[in-house]
Amino acid sequence: MFRTLSLALFMSGAALPALATEGVLDVVAPFELKGPDPVQSGNILIKMDVTETLVDADATGALLPGLATSWTVAEDGLSWRFVLRDGVSFHDGSKMDAAAVAQSLERSRGNGGLLAKAPIQEIAPLDDMTVQITLSEPFAMLPSMLAEYRSAIIAPAAIAEDGSVTSAIGTGPYRVTDYAPPNKMAVAAFADYWGQAPVIADAVYHGISRSETRALMAESGDADITLTLDPASVTRLNRADGLSVISVPIPRVLMLKVNGAVFDVETRKGLSLAIDRAGIARAVLRFPEGATQMFPPGMADWHDPELPPLAYDPEAARTVLAEAGWTPDADGILQRDGKRMEIEILTYPDRPELPLVAAVLEQQFAAIGARPVINSTNFSEIPAKHGDGSLSTALFARNFALVPDPVGTLLQDYAPGGDWGAMGWSNEAFTAGVKALAAGSADEGTRDKLVATLHAELPVLPIAWYQLTMTVSDKVTGVVVDPFERTLGLSQVGWSQ
Amino acid sequence: MIATLARPLGWRLAQAWMVAILVGVLSFLMMSALPGDMIFRIAAARFGYDNVTAENAELVRAQIGDPSDLSAFFDWIAGLFRGDLGRSLVTGEAVSAEIAHQLGATAQLAGIAIVLSLVIGPPLGLLAGLRPGSVLDRATVLMASVFKATPQFLLGLVLIVAVSIGMGLLPAAGHGELRHMILPGLTLALGLAANTTRITREAVVQARGSDWWRFARWKGMTEPQVVRRHGLRHVAVPVLTLIAAQFVALMEGVVVVETIFGWPGIGHALVHAVFHRDVPMVQGTALVMGLAFVLVNALADVAARLLDPREATR
Repeated sequence: MFRTLSLALFMSGAALPALATEGVLDVVAPFELKGPDPVQSGNILIKMDVTETLVDADATGALLPGLATSWTVAEDGLSWRFVLRDGVSFHDGSKMDAAAVAQSLERSRGNGGLLAKAPIQEIAPLDDMTVQITLSEPFAMLPSMLAEYRSAIIAPAAIAEDGSVTSAIGTGPYRVTDYAPPNKMAVAAFADYWGQAPVIADAVYHGISRSETRALMAESGDADITLTLDPASVTRLNRADGLSVISVPIPRVLMLKVNGAVFDVETRKGLSLAIDRAGIARAVLRFPEGATQMFPPGMADWHDPELPPLAYDPEAARTVLAEAGWTPDADGILQRDGKRMEIEILTYPDRPELPLVAAVLEQQFAAIGARPVINSTNFSEIPAKHGDGSLSTALFARNFALVPDPVGTLLQDYAPGGDWGAMGWSNEAFTAGVKALAAGSADEGTRDKLVATLHAELPVLPIAWYQLTMTVSDKVTGVVVDPFERTLGLSQVGWSQ
Repeated sequence: MIATLARPLGWRLAQAWMVAILVGVLSFLMMSALPGDMIFRIAAARFGYDNVTAENAELVRAQIGDPSDLSAFFDWIAGLFRGDLGRSLVTGEAVSAEIAHQLGATAQLAGIAIVLSLVIGPPLGLLAGLRPGSVLDRATVLMASVFKATPQFLLGLVLIVAVSIGMGLLPAAGHGELRHMILPGLTLALGLAANTTRITREAVVQARGSDWWRFARWKGMTEPQVVRRHGLRHVAVPVLTLIAAQFVALMEGVVVVETIFGWPGIGHALVHAVFHRDVPMVQGTALVMGLAFVLVNALADVAARLLDPREATR
């Protein structure tokens, strides 16, 4: 009888999900809500399908039409035109037109959005449904940057006079019904959505900063989708019933930033040889392998299987360092020109694995005769100390897919340096290559040369390639696993039959 | 009656003002003394891990100026007289609105914890005190020691594992509905009840040894009658004072419990505000917590005087 009933429900088609379960889709992630501003909490708004961008991206990083149905660039590469999708309304009922889009993008650009990094002169409506972006120099990365969450389109009514955002009014399939920062945001299906209506009408985002709590919520069935788990919880959840643990490689790299003014290229090579990457990956991170080069295999265009892997060889490390002039003093500590090799490893505990990896690095650097200390503090110390030049080394995880194309990140971090990349290092050919790629005028093979340069000169020491760990409850189907950490495909998630 | 209450309340009001000024000065000085560039911390809070850069920090500096400048402090004091606590440097929201949301959650949690602790503690203490040395008495001593000694984060996790995962009865974490309140409330309540059980028990034992108890029994009242007519009021005074004193422990516990159970709340807000160097939020939350202490103590004074009129004549 039950089966007949569900069959009958199944036959009734679209109305099914609402009837089959009165439930709410619960999403749990570590990120707390800061405010309704896409620049601050846009990653949550876009994951919860509240906001959308002009340009969309799929799980392979390919760009797709979003709120813009097509775009063209003029011969000179300076004038871009984005044709907007017809019939799109904001959650407050107002119509999305070129004026609204231009206002939203200009606001993002002036308030710390990624667009501030593009050589944009002006964003203005050309006609009712076309937005024109004028550049000062050619920049092929523009559509990718428009796909980033900080470039999401919000309604004019949400933007105050001073440019601050007062409420989260987007165009997505879900609209915000209860906004209660820092921990909770409830959303419901938006009746006038231009595309396919959400399968599940109600969803709630929970910002839970403790990873133990997230794991317990997944295990107890309170969470349908849980993002970012600590290695110990993954081991336990793998044995739990009613959910599956998903682990996919993502374009995020755990790396040690090294001040090139203090540690020259030969010294960096020596330090690199002192790091047991495979050991750190397996024992601390529970990842299958350590980094053998900068970019993980998942970034096919950027990973070069021909490169010799970064090796672990403490003996060779000592030899390389000796050739670079580092010799042990009476206490066995490496010194050069009377100065001991003192390494401060600056890191932050928000990612629980970082201090653990720092502790291993401390031992491995000490084993070759250096004098390392760990300074685990707030992550903002890294750009601050980069700025005043006092940084020694810093351990962090860097996302190469802030925009679906890593060129955007390379431009910020390595051409020639940046807060979350190289310091005291520059390579003119490298900088020119990245800029050419960004402009869209690069020669064939430029990428391979860039990758080879990073591998040879080691402006940063790659340590491990990250895995995105998440759990999905057996109660739901259709969750999208996006290595770019941009979407969950939430609106098309349904209840399992 | 009013006159006897006016003096202590007037004193508490003066205390409240002193607390406000002191909290403002101290939190401002402490925030300024913390190491690191404040602007970078604020930018870190606004933009998150991958996006905090020197450029964004400069953008924030241009927008808000220097939060450790003395003028910022005097603006805050001036705002205090207008009832304006300023705006958060991270979210840009009014501090009063943020605190109202967070304080509401904390008040719910603290309220549930106190109610649960009163349901658990005094009745057990009463029974134990009436039968000193009994199995129940010794069992409550043991339980009280265990719960007093267990750190709240451990107790919270044990309760989640046992009740949410083991029995599937209540949600592991989350906020917004009654069912989300029980586990965090219980985590706090068990620690509080450990104290109230012992205090009640001691007060009952002491009362049973007193002349008035023996007189009441001698004139023919049964023990339950003595407890109802005289004992409860006698025991209520130290328990009430204890609850007011426990407010400090409760506020400490709230910070831990809020984090574990994913609750918003004033403890959570204060910790994050300190991390993010959000000076007006630190001042605002510290102020509200300070005033809450004064208020709780004032209420305890009033309640104690109502329960024990002898206090007023002393």
